[in-house]
Amino acid sequence: MTKVAAAGVCRQRVNGSIHVQKVNNLVWHWFHRLSAPKSFFELSGKLLPWFAVLAVLTLVLGAVWGLAFAPPDYQQGNSARIMYVHVPAAILAQSSYMMMAAAALVFLVWRIKLADIAVQCVAPLGASITFLALVTGAIWGKPTWGTWWIWDARLTSTLVLFFLFAGVIALRSAMENREAAGRATAVLALVGVVNLPIIKYSVDWWFTLHQSSSFSMTAKPTMPAEMWLPLLVMVVGFYLFFATAWMLRIRTEILQREIRTQWVRDLVSGR
Amino acid sequence: MNLFLTVIRRELLIAYRNAADLLNPLLFFVIVISLFPLGISPSESVLRQVGPGIIWVAALLSTLLSMDLLFRSDYDDGSLEQMTFSQAPFLLLVLGKIVSHWLVTGLPLTLLSPLLALMLFMNETGARALFLSLLIGTPILSLLGAIGASLTVGLRKGGLLIAVLILPLFVPVLILATAMVQTGMQAGNYTGHMLWLGAILALSIGLAPLATALGVKISLSH
Repeated sequence: MTKVAAAGVCRQRVNGSIHVQKVNNLVWHWFHRLSAPKSFFELSGKLLPWFAVLAVLTLVLGAVWGLAFAPPDYQQGNSARIMYVHVPAAILAQSSYMMMAAAALVFLVWRIKLADIAVQCVAPLGASITFLALVTGAIWGKPTWGTWWIWDARLTSTLVLFFLFAGVIALRSAMENREAAGRATAVLALVGVVNLPIIKYSVDWWFTLHQSSSFSMTAKPTMPAEMWLPLLVMVVGFYLFFATAWMLRIRTEILQREIRTQWVRDLVSGR
Repeated sequence: MNLFLTVIRRELLIAYRNAADLLNPLLFFVIVISLFPLGISPSESVLRQVGPGIIWVAALLSTLLSMDLLFRSDYDDGSLEQMTFSQAPFLLLVLGKIVSHWLVTGLPLTLLSPLLALMLFMNETGARALFLSLLIGTPILSLLGAIGASLTVGLRKGGLLIAVLILPLFVPVLILATAMVQTGMQAGNYTGHMLWLGAILALSIGLAPLATALGVKISLSH
């Protein structure tokens, strides 16, 4: 009896581990297939229209809602409406560096070519979004603070973030060998991501040391729903736009790198 | 450990035989600092206020100038590649090179600082804070700068690129160190600043040689 029962448990266990292994293999198989440039190209080709349409829809909806229908700020009036561009850009700017660093880590550890392409393609996008956050911040600063630029903690750390992106782009464009350039850029992106919190905290700390009066980025501590709902829509729209642009850039880069392969030739010649 | 000391002895010997290369960053440091009173104002009250910032920015720039020396000649004559083939841990060799770089650039700069503090009208407590901040801060500059040097050593126009890559990473050190000196000048307690700088130094000693060793290997691969 006990022997049979034990055998049953044993079989169950074996089955369980086999099952886990199967799922594991399946995940790896899927991962490897997806990370092949060709299959990513095909998959992103199917996803791209959806992302693009959704991005346009949410951006139009959020912009019209935020600019025309949301109530004006009770202190800043209509000038606070730039928030619907500035806040999503600032959020996206930071997370795009994180995405770049994540892709860099994947490339350094597993040497997946697609991750390198992703790092290369996200750097100019991230730099542009960071620049947008800085410019809209300056435009918003003029009516609210009375000056284009203030050495505010957040402004300063966003500026340093822009410099970090610029460094990654500069290093990539200075190196001719693509393999070495990819790995060097990945190392730099990871060094930057370790430094980012230190920079952020030191800037915050320096700011509190030097200036006693602090500007808050939002005039009201608690936003009413009529204001944060369109803001949320805009944030989602920015992320969708970012994903669309990133995919487009990756697809172009894949075609350029794989130009000698048969499938790209077939695709181009319209076989 | 023996190997570590051998590397340091070798680097110091090379530095001693090319003394001009070492003197230039130091001269640059002094000249830049003496340009500021001419450019801004020689008045005591102004200089006292901007002094810590001037000295620290000049320290960052002169470290960057000397950074190119760290791997360049060894890369050019092939000995850097030989070092990666040796059985000894490459990390230790890299750390030895960084330490000796600090011994010939950061340390003289630190020792020179009381003189510069005098030139910029700092008081005694301020000068002491400046000395301590440079003593803890310049090794961080050498460690972080080494990452930039390792990634750009294979490039012909690496000099300016190192500045673009590494200067943003120097921001926390600059902020903490100048805040420390300013606190010192007001005879305040700057232990907190010192501990923060020490924490960043500890983190850099742990991580920067790893990134540098990886960077050298990447640069050698092309």
